[in-house]
Amino acid sequence: MKHKMEAATIGCPLKPKDFASDQEVKWCPGCGDYAVLNAVQRALVELNVKKEDVTFISGIGCSSRFPYYMDTYGFHTIHGRGVAIATGVKVANPELSVWVVAGDGDALAIGGNHFIHAIRRNVNLNFLLFNNEIYGLTKGQYSPTSERGKITKSSPHGTVESPFNPLELAIGAHSSFYARVPDTDVKLMTQVMVEAEKHEGLSLIEILQNCVIFNDKVHAAITAKESKADNQLILEHGKPMLFGAEKNKGLRLKGLELEVVCIGENGITADDVLVHDEKLENPTLHYLLSRMSLPEFPIAMGVIRNVEAAVYDKSLHAQISKEQENSKFKSLNDLYLSGNTFRIN
Amino acid sequence: MKTELESVVIKFAGDSGDGMQLAGMLFTETTANVGNEIATFPDFPSEIRAPQGTVAGVSGFQIHFGSSGVHSPGDSPDILIAMNPAALMANLSQLKPACTIIIDIDSFDKKHFEKAGFEGNPLEDGTLADYNVIEAPIASLTKTGLADLGLDNKSMLRCKNMFALGIAYWLFNEPLEKSLSFFDRKFKSNPTIAEANKRVLKAGHHYAETIEAIRSSFTVLPAKKAAGTYRNITGNQAMAWGFLAAAKKAKKDLFLGTYPITPATDILHELSKHKWAGVKIIQAEDEIAGICSAIGASFAGDVAITTTSGPGMALKTEAIGLAVMTELPLVIVNVQRGGPSTGLPTKTEQSDLMQALYGRNGESPIAVISASTPANCFDWAFEATRIALEHMTPVILLSESYLGNGAEPWKIKLTEELPDIHPRTLESYDENWKPYNRDAEKLARNWVVPGTKGMEHRIGGLEKDECTGCVSHNPQNHAKMVEIRHDKINRIADFIPLQKYKGKDATKLLVVGWGGQFGILFGAVNQLQKEGKDIAFTHFNYINPLPKNTAQIFQKFDRILVCELNKGQFAAYLRMQFPQFNFEQFNKFEGLPFKIIDLKNKFNEILNEA
Repeated sequence: MKHKMEAATIGCPLKPKDFASDQEVKWCPGCGDYAVLNAVQRALVELNVKKEDVTFISGIGCSSRFPYYMDTYGFHTIHGRGVAIATGVKVANPELSVWVVAGDGDALAIGGNHFIHAIRRNVNLNFLLFNNEIYGLTKGQYSPTSERGKITKSSPHGTVESPFNPLELAIGAHSSFYARVPDTDVKLMTQVMVEAEKHEGLSLIEILQNCVIFNDKVHAAITAKESKADNQLILEHGKPMLFGAEKNKGLRLKGLELEVVCIGENGITADDVLVHDEKLENPTLHYLLSRMSLPEFPIAMGVIRNVEAAVYDKSLHAQISKEQENSKFKSLNDLYLSGNTFRIN
Repeated sequence: MKTELESVVIKFAGDSGDGMQLAGMLFTETTANVGNEIATFPDFPSEIRAPQGTVAGVSGFQIHFGSSGVHSPGDSPDILIAMNPAALMANLSQLKPACTIIIDIDSFDKKHFEKAGFEGNPLEDGTLADYNVIEAPIASLTKTGLADLGLDNKSMLRCKNMFALGIAYWLFNEPLEKSLSFFDRKFKSNPTIAEANKRVLKAGHHYAETIEAIRSSFTVLPAKKAAGTYRNITGNQAMAWGFLAAAKKAKKDLFLGTYPITPATDILHELSKHKWAGVKIIQAEDEIAGICSAIGASFAGDVAITTTSGPGMALKTEAIGLAVMTELPLVIVNVQRGGPSTGLPTKTEQSDLMQALYGRNGESPIAVISASTPANCFDWAFEATRIALEHMTPVILLSESYLGNGAEPWKIKLTEELPDIHPRTLESYDENWKPYNRDAEKLARNWVVPGTKGMEHRIGGLEKDECTGCVSHNPQNHAKMVEIRHDKINRIADFIPLQKYKGKDATKLLVVGWGGQFGILFGAVNQLQKEGKDIAFTHFNYINPLPKNTAQIFQKFDRILVCELNKGQFAAYLRMQFPQFNFEQFNKFEGLPFKIIDLKNKFNEILNEA
C-alpha cells in the first residue's frame, strides 16, 4: 500500500463526491477524462484513504488539469516534469499516496527521460498515462504514440515516424507494475487503480482515452460495444486468458509467439489456454501480452505485470536510518569538530 | 638562517596526473593547522588526464598563507614548484623577479621542452636568469628511495608529488605529522603505498635540508585571528554544511535534488557523506529532474535545494519559474564557471548574474544573493535558506569556481550559535486560511504541506487568483499578482542588514564588488588605504533586493568603479536601479580571478586623474 495505513473514516465512509473539488470541470463534453476522474474518486473511496494523504501531480496537457478537480492536495506543474516532481514529493514524505497524471505527449515526448527513470527507480507512485495518441491542448498535432502515417495538423502528409508502445518502454525500464484500461470501463479502471495503489513501487496504468475533438474514436475498434468482447482480453491473475462474447477464445504459446485459439476447434480444450500470472518474474510473457494488437489479437487489459522489486523511496530512507544508527556523528557539532581542527586563543 | 615573513605564496604545478591538487590540499591542511591565514586557488584543466607534458595539461594549486594580509591566493607565487617544463611554461609569464623555482630536473629534456613549447633549454638560454632556480632530481630520487618496496615504475613515480611537498614543508618549517597520518588513514588497506608516500615525503624534506641550496628557510608566523576553534574548509564543503545547519535550525529535513556538474559536484559529494543528518538526496537523471524533485520536496515540506553551474542553470530555468509562480521555498545554487555554453568548466567567472536575475520567461522576480569567501559559503547557504523559508520564495545563491574549490580557515559555528529559522508552516486547520493569503509585512503566503488535514488545495504554474489560488485569467488579477510577486521580493530588503563600506573618510573613489572576488578587492583597496589614498570599498552579497541604503553610499563618492569577472553585468544592473549615478567598470574574463596589482594600477589611475 502506498499510503499510510490509517483508515480515513470509521463508520461514515467518504463518498466519491467527497473527493471532487469545488472547481468546474472544463474538459470538452464527451471527453474520456471524465470517466477517469470518476474511476479515481471511486478507487480512493474503496481504498479508504484520507483526503489529506493524497496528492495528484501533473504536467501540462488536457489531462494535466486533473489535480484541480480533486479535493486532495494537488500540483499542476510543467510540461513533462510531473513525475520528477512527484518523485521529490514521495521521497520527502513516503506516507503520501502520490498520483501522477500525464498525457502521451507529456509522459513520452517532453517527459520521456523522467518517465523511464522513474520506472527504473521504482518510485512508489501511481502513474496514470492518458493515451489518446494526439496532442489535445495545442490543438491536434501527432504524438509519440500516433500511428505511422497519421494525418494531423502538423503532419498533413502523414507522419514518417513510428509510435512507442508505452508498455514496451516500461518493460525496458524494468517496470514492476503495469496495466492497461479503456476509458469506457469505469469498473475495470477502478479495480486496476486499487491494485495500483496496493502495489509497492511505480504502478503504471495506460488508459486508452478518447479525445472527442482531435482524435475521436481512435480506440473505437477496441472499445465499441459490439466488438469489445472480441477485441479486449481482460486479464485476471490466476485465470485463463479467455475472451470473446462466448468466452471461447483464448491464448496459447506457439514457440516464442502467442496465438489465438478457439476452444472446441482442432481439439483445443480449456486446459490448452494460458493462465495469467501477473507475478512472473520473467517479463517475456507480459511483454508478448502488452504487444498484442488488432486485428490478429485482442488488446490486453487489466493488470499485466505486478511483481515485487526494491522500492526507491524506501531504500533511500532505509539508508538514512542505517546511517543514523551507525554514524560516528550524532550532531552537526560532532561533524564540525571532527578531524583537523585547531584552536586560536 | 630563518627569515620571518608576513605572508608567502607557493604554487605546486605539474601534469594533471602528477597529484598537484593532493599536494596542495595537504599543504593547506598543515598550514591551516599551525594557525596561518590561508587562501587557496586550485587551477586545473577540465580533462581528467590532459595530454602529458603539455601546457594544456598543467594542473596547479596556489596557496597564499601568512600571519596577516592574506585576502586572496596571491597574484603570483614566491615559490613555484614545477614538475616539468610545461608547468614552468604555464607560469613563466606570471613570475616576479627573484622568485624561487624548484624544478624536477629529471623531466627537463629535449622531448619535454618541445612539448611545453620551449625552443631550447630554459635552464641554459637565460630564460630563468632572473630567478632563483633549484634543480632537484625529484623523479629519480623518488625511485631510488622506493627501490626496495617492490613497486612498479608507475606506482613509484606517483609518489613524486610528495617529494615536492616535503621540500615545501622544509622551506616553511611546517610539521610533517598531519600529512604522514593522512597516508596511514588513506591507505589503511594498502600499507605499502602508505609507506611509499610517507618515505618520499620525508625524503623530499631531508633533501631540502641537506642541499641547503635553498637560500634560507622561511618561517611564517601564525595569524592573529579571533579566538575560537577553526578548521580548514573549501567553499563547496562550507556550502553543504551551511545547508545542513539551516535545515536543523528550521527543524526540517534537508532535501537535495541535483545532477553532477563541474564545479558544483563537490556539494553533492559532501552532502552524500552525511545521510546520518537525515539529508535526502536524489542524483537525478538530468538537471531538470534535479530541480523538479527539489520543488516536489519543497511542496511536501522539506528544506529543498538544488545545486548546479551555468549550463545546468539554463536547463533549470523553466522550473525556477514554477517555483516563483507557486511561491515555494527553494534554494538554487549556481557555482559559476566560464561560459557561454560548456565554456570553461574548471575556470572561474561571474558571468551568470543576469541569468540569475532575469533569465526566465515572464515577470519572474527572484531573490539573488552571493557568497564571497570560501568559508562564508556556510553563512550564505544558511541565509539563502532563511530567506526562502521565511519569505516563501525561491532564492538563487551564486558561488564561483574560485570559491567552491578555494579553501580557508573557518571559525566553527556551533549549532547553538546560530539563530532559529521560522518556516511559514501551518500545521492545523485555520478557517480563514486560503492558499494565497499573505502576511502584511513580507507578503509571504503560508506553507501548508500535503498530509495537513482540512487544508487540501491545489497549486500550479497557471496564474492564480490573488487569494484562493484557483486558476484565474482575469486581467486585473494578473496585474495585481505581477505587482505582488515583485513587491514580495523587494520587501526582503526590510529583513536584511544595511550595506557596509570600508573607508569612512573617503570621497573620491568607491570600489564596488560582489561575489567571490571579495578577498582580492579588499586586499587591493586595503593596501591603497594604508598608503593614505582616498578610496573606499563596498562589497555586495545581497543582489536582489539590494540593501536599502545602497544609494546613500553611492552618493558619497565622486567616482564609482564596479569590478567583476564579466563584461559588466552588475554594473549594468546598478545602472538600472540607480540611473542617477555613473558606474565605471573594471572587468576581467580570462577564467581567472583578479590580480591585486592590476586592481591597484586601475585604482591609482582613477585616483591620479584630477
